[in-house]
Amino acid sequence: MKSKTLGKVISQKQLAPGIFDLVIETEIAAEAGAGQFVGVYTKDASALLPRPISICGVSDDKKCIRLVYRVTGKGTADFSGLKENDDVMLLGVLGNGYDIEELKKCSEAGGKGVLLLGGGIGVPPMLELAKELKAAGVKVTSVMGYRDDKTFLLDEFEKHSDTYVASEDGSVGTKGNVLDAVRENGIEFDAVCSCGPLPMLRAIKEFAGDKPAYISLEERMACGVGACLGCVVKTKEVDHHSHVNNARICTDGPVFAASEVEI
Amino acid sequence: MRKTEVTIAGVTFKNPIMEGSGTFGSGMEYSEFVDLNRLGAVVTKGVANVPWPGNPTPRVCEVYGGMLNAIGLQNPGIEVFCERDLPFLKKYDTKVIVNVCGKSVSDYVEVVERLSDEKRVDMLEINVSCPNVKEGAIAFGTDKGALENITKEIKAHTKKPVIMKLTPNVTDIAEMARVAESAGADALSLINTITGMKIDIERRKFALANKTGGMSGPAIKPIAVRMVYQASHAVKIPVIGMGGVATGEDAIEFMMAGASAVAVGMMNFVNPYATTECIEGIERYMENHKIEDINEIIGCV
Repeated sequence: MKSKTLGKVISQKQLAPGIFDLVIETEIAAEAGAGQFVGVYTKDASALLPRPISICGVSDDKKCIRLVYRVTGKGTADFSGLKENDDVMLLGVLGNGYDIEELKKCSEAGGKGVLLLGGGIGVPPMLELAKELKAAGVKVTSVMGYRDDKTFLLDEFEKHSDTYVASEDGSVGTKGNVLDAVRENGIEFDAVCSCGPLPMLRAIKEFAGDKPAYISLEERMACGVGACLGCVVKTKEVDHHSHVNNARICTDGPVFAASEVEI
Repeated sequence: MRKTEVTIAGVTFKNPIMEGSGTFGSGMEYSEFVDLNRLGAVVTKGVANVPWPGNPTPRVCEVYGGMLNAIGLQNPGIEVFCERDLPFLKKYDTKVIVNVCGKSVSDYVEVVERLSDEKRVDMLEINVSCPNVKEGAIAFGTDKGALENITKEIKAHTKKPVIMKLTPNVTDIAEMARVAESAGADALSLINTITGMKIDIERRKFALANKTGGMSGPAIKPIAVRMVYQASHAVKIPVIGMGGVATGEDAIEFMMAGASAVAVGMMNFVNPYATTECIEGIERYMENHKIEDINEIIGCV
């Protein structure tokens, strides 16, 4: 059940330049999982629309969600000022997340496990996925890509997965992108899940070949619940809801099988 | 019990609150948040004779106190609408207004004829005002001759009451209202969105792929109130007012300007409970001001 509801800030800290780690106590956490997102409202009445932010973590007691986000504009700058005990209005939980059972089946059939690829601010949602997959008994390999040595969340990925790093400037891990690191380390996998910039997702779609690849997409959105048709992605087949070659990222996604979308 | 019922072209609504076409799908998405039985009406997303894919993304962006959209009337076409959306709406005790769009007069007529025997459809709202498609829509709403012609054609092909949805992107809204009335419209609704533009100065690009988009939200409310006032005083047929409605107080303001009913648009995206909160706000206002019948305030200023 989706709702617009007031949450309470438990903590906020900065992880890297412009990257913030916000933990919110909210009833939305009860149904939240890897790959889903919430709408976060600013307190500025001129900036009305909820900001879609992916879920980086759900507490074990299912009472809190964790959002790790980058400050990119007015809304996120506003969020970075939130302090312990502040109220924050949320809409959620939104979107379809990753299918853990399906990934487990792929992994059991192939024996190589699931590969998680995160790039930049696409890194945070991969963490909850790593945690849920590990809890389901799936072997997880994570390769996270950053611009430089200002990395974040790597120590936590190490708790749930074999973790590798790529950086564009070569200051940590493999110099290059996440696929360079996959090749350099000879990483094998049965299925790949990814979140990151569109050029990276396109490359991963091609790289995956016949193996199942799931990607998490983003787009400018307004309602977040599938009504406004703002955030569509082109689909290979005619979509079941729209009856044209468009799926709604907010409700049909944000996680899609890479083979189903034209990116 | 205070009376919140309003009647438009022979159709009685339990209260004056509906939502603006395109902000509510066919009600499915928001039925998770609000009880559709409480609404005066559900106004559906514009539907054409065939499926429309809409515009490229980005289709939406935020602006100060509102947003721009250039969805481009993506819709699944009338057959899917009749097979899926109408049966869904049959479960609810609310009026159904179907918004109709097209590229040509014959497109509109095809949809209107298809809906004429659908008992669940109470009224038709004709979209001659969407600013985001290259053919049809606003082209009919900004030209007096075209507006007159399409209104007459549609009236000739249906017995259902017809609402013509007008665009604010004209010089003289009163004149357009009179043209629609004299061509046979049973009611008017306004305003559709105001054409706008946003530029992303960091990327030196248009914020929307379509370059221009329709502006909606609280920032346009004063323009909408003014136009509802001008249009409703130019014609005898009822007017449904909309543009930035967020609260019961906003709805009351539109009614005082001359609207017989009020639609909540963009604010559904901000507050999924906006429609029912508007209804509660109206009831509270009536209580506080000892108004027995909401019709008392229509056009009272």
